[in-house]
Amino acid sequence: MDLYINKYSYIAPGRIYPNISCESDGLSSIYRALNIDYPKFFKMDGMSKLGFLAVELLMIKEERTFNPRADIALICFNSSSSLNTDRQYHKSIFLDSYYPRPSLFVYTLPNIVTGEIAIRNKITGETSFYIFPEYNPEQIVRTVRQTLDGKPGHTAITGWIEYSDNVHEALMMQVSNRQESSADIPFSPEKAGELMQHLRSITINQ
Amino acid sequence: MIDYTGDNIISALGFTTEENYQAVKDGLSGISFHNSTATLPEAYQAAIINREQLHSSFAQHCSSDPDAYTDPEKAAILSALTAAAGAGIDLSSPDVLFIISSTKGNIHLLDLPDSFYDARSLYLWHSARQIASFFGNTNEPVTVSNACISGLCAQIAAMRELSDSRYKYAVVTGVDLLSRFIISGFQSLKALSPAPCRPFDISRNGLNLGEAAATIIYKKRSNNAEDNLPHDLHKKQCLAETKPLHAKTLNSSRILLVAGSVTNDANHISGPSRTGEGSLAALTDILQYADRSEIAFISAHGTATPYNDHMEAAAITRAGLNEIPVNSLKAFFGHTLGAAGILESIISTQALLDNNILPVPNFEQCEDEYPLVIPTENTPTQKQYFIKMMSGFGGCNAALLFQKTEKDGLVH
Repeated sequence: MDLYINKYSYIAPGRIYPNISCESDGLSSIYRALNIDYPKFFKMDGMSKLGFLAVELLMIKEERTFNPRADIALICFNSSSSLNTDRQYHKSIFLDSYYPRPSLFVYTLPNIVTGEIAIRNKITGETSFYIFPEYNPEQIVRTVRQTLDGKPGHTAITGWIEYSDNVHEALMMQVSNRQESSADIPFSPEKAGELMQHLRSITINQ
Repeated sequence: MIDYTGDNIISALGFTTEENYQAVKDGLSGISFHNSTATLPEAYQAAIINREQLHSSFAQHCSSDPDAYTDPEKAAILSALTAAAGAGIDLSSPDVLFIISSTKGNIHLLDLPDSFYDARSLYLWHSARQIASFFGNTNEPVTVSNACISGLCAQIAAMRELSDSRYKYAVVTGVDLLSRFIISGFQSLKALSPAPCRPFDISRNGLNLGEAAATIIYKKRSNNAEDNLPHDLHKKQCLAETKPLHAKTLNSSRILLVAGSVTNDANHISGPSRTGEGSLAALTDILQYADRSEIAFISAHGTATPYNDHMEAAAITRAGLNEIPVNSLKAFFGHTLGAAGILESIISTQALLDNNILPVPNFEQCEDEYPLVIPTENTPTQKQYFIKMMSGFGGCNAALLFQKTEKDGLVH
């Protein structure tokens, strides 16, 4: 089955694709620029906010119906799991100030971001999370291909959601066997690698 | 469809699959009471691996620098080693892929000053590489971290890899050891029971935690029927504690992993859908591959939280499976997080090969709304399938279908 990247989105400090005008770099600023009404956003940890927004950007031109979609698989990858939030939770259990915070603990798993995206977009198909040392297009293409195998017509929303102290970066792609436009990119390791390289190097613009 | 070809469990109930299964069959629980301490002010019930035995076993059988590996890595390595020795497989082969399942890995290291450990140890991919490279395996391992269903996802990944790629074997190892991080976190959610947990019982009031390392080795099914027969075991030097491969070859029955499904409730990040939507969808998906009348039992997640067990009862009933015996292993092992899906699949395969449905301890009465058949003693069965189902934080659900096959390895 030939697969295509139908559309993609990217968020990193100072780089957002599709480009929208935001007051600042911060994730809350992107949220406001997107004009979404979703108060739960403010309860999320950094990684969940990042992933949530990357999918909102991915869907920016879509008419959102929010009907349950069992035909969409949400497959995400990163390197640090939920380590950023893990460290924050751990501060709440320091020996000299022991107040374990459940509102933080619930976010100490990498697949909570896939849960948040699934809730927002009503994705009832497969949601999965895998950990690799770095953005690995070969592995991502292989995993997505294997997940969609035997499910023609299904769609994968897939990508890299990395939120750590020094860097936040999300690349999300919609992948399917449909060629939705001439701009679609073949979903191959080479093309998925080139796409990330290109997005990582585009000039900072607001 | 893939061949189940080797396994091992390291848990509070022992360091071999045989010990663990026998303990469960005899009604022994690995869960014990842990009093409050300076570092964890609230008492809790948990099933803990014997650390002395872990360290001495590792030192004895894994001739390597013990300081180079964390306890979770040691447990995973020892588990994979035992499973491979029992199945006569060389883990260094390029035909072998490691698939590692864990929720928190080495998170206990956060309790130490930064200078006391290698920062890379906090990354699950690093632990996975440590495990694979211990055996001289150079393939990049696949690391699954999908909350409590990770162990089932990892087996589904094995099924996909073995149908799609060049690999002949997948070593699926799950591990999670407990820590202040994990215990305090579950305590903060008020999810733990102060007593041994009571899956599916009307007065259940929470889960117990546990720790384990568990490994299943899967083999690609060949088109050549001969390749699917149990292979001769090499007379290798196995670990001192390992008994020869047991019921699996004694009666030449084999286990197949037939199908698997993962779904999401799309409802809440830390509580299941009240009506079990996602769980029902996962069950419905795998039921396409089974003759319902041949399903011996359902090994449920059965954490004994009020919400989870109710949700599973709803899903099982809505799937039309409510006359099939349902059990949970959480009262024996506690909730072993990233290891749970693998550990519980192994115990359930042992039961199926033993023609036995394991009981649920501490059970007296079901809830009224979705009554289930809950066995309270070991129950004979001649049926050929079981279902393993679980759910996890992030709204995810998974179900696997296992089948016992006849002597020649062919599916009749």
